[in-house]
Amino acid sequence: MKWGVITFPGSLDDVQAAHVLEDLLGESVVRLWHKDTALDGLDCVVLPGGFSYGDYLRCGAMARFSPIMRAVGEFAAAGRVVIGICNGFQILCEAGLLPGALIRNRGLAFLCQSVHVRVEDADTLFTNRCRRGDVLEIPVKHGEGCYVADEETLHTLDAGRQIVLRYTDGEGRVTPEANPNGSLAAIAGIRSASGNVFGMMPHPEHACERLVGGEDGRKIFLSVIAAAGATAEPVAAKVVSGP
Amino acid sequence: MGWRARVFVTPKQGVLDPQGKAVQQSLHTLGYPEVAEVRIGKFIELRLADVSRDSVETRVREMCDRLLANRVIENFSFTIDPENP
Repeated sequence: MKWGVITFPGSLDDVQAAHVLEDLLGESVVRLWHKDTALDGLDCVVLPGGFSYGDYLRCGAMARFSPIMRAVGEFAAAGRVVIGICNGFQILCEAGLLPGALIRNRGLAFLCQSVHVRVEDADTLFTNRCRRGDVLEIPVKHGEGCYVADEETLHTLDAGRQIVLRYTDGEGRVTPEANPNGSLAAIAGIRSASGNVFGMMPHPEHACERLVGGEDGRKIFLSVIAAAGATAEPVAAKVVSGP
Repeated sequence: MGWRARVFVTPKQGVLDPQGKAVQQSLHTLGYPEVAEVRIGKFIELRLADVSRDSVETRVREMCDRLLANRVIENFSFTIDPENP
């Protein structure tokens, strides 16, 4: 399938995302600049991690008004796949493509460490290569990763099976200690109600090679690829039906 | 007509404010046990040129809604004063 990886001013993990997709998984990748306005011919777009616009005002607040974000909104509305990782997740929330917001970590410190996340739902475009309850080891590196939403939104997320990943310990138990940033309901990754937009704070692109400590992150990308192979375009058509 | 808008952005009640908590702790340590809560927000000052009295408030409110505050987690308020030429 054909992927687009967006570079905003201040993006850091765009190169790594493209490396994983192109060099490790043999996918076709188009590098996009934030001033681009078209996503023609792409199947999936990745909003990478980093510090777009220096995190000025709020993380992702400026990036959401980049020229390319209009195209990303239309792309998502058309049912195509959008993945936001870390800063990309923050941008998707600021843009209203995902509910909630990401605020300063509970402990205030910037976190750069390996964490465990549990797959809450394996019937998604992003986790179909996992089983429900699988625990993945993936690194985080963020200062503003604490997911918050109001009670009604949390209920909607829960009811709509939109919570895809939760922080847990190595055995898959949700505990306060295993929640690195204080996220509401230990949320590490969510998808849109339509099922085709996904945001996660941990960095799967940094967990795709033994050399860097693990390969669990591959499962996220391989899931998207598997879903694309299994269905006609647009790939989102398969899971939008919900429970 | 010129204006000076002062925008205050504060975390919504119920939204975690770890910065505020840490500062509250420090104030307690410094001998101010009366500090019951600290909430840290942002103060943004805007100088506005060539806007009429009628539209300035609407436009500032719009700026807050669209960019300066994130209504999921923040509230905002503002004051607008005529600017001395």
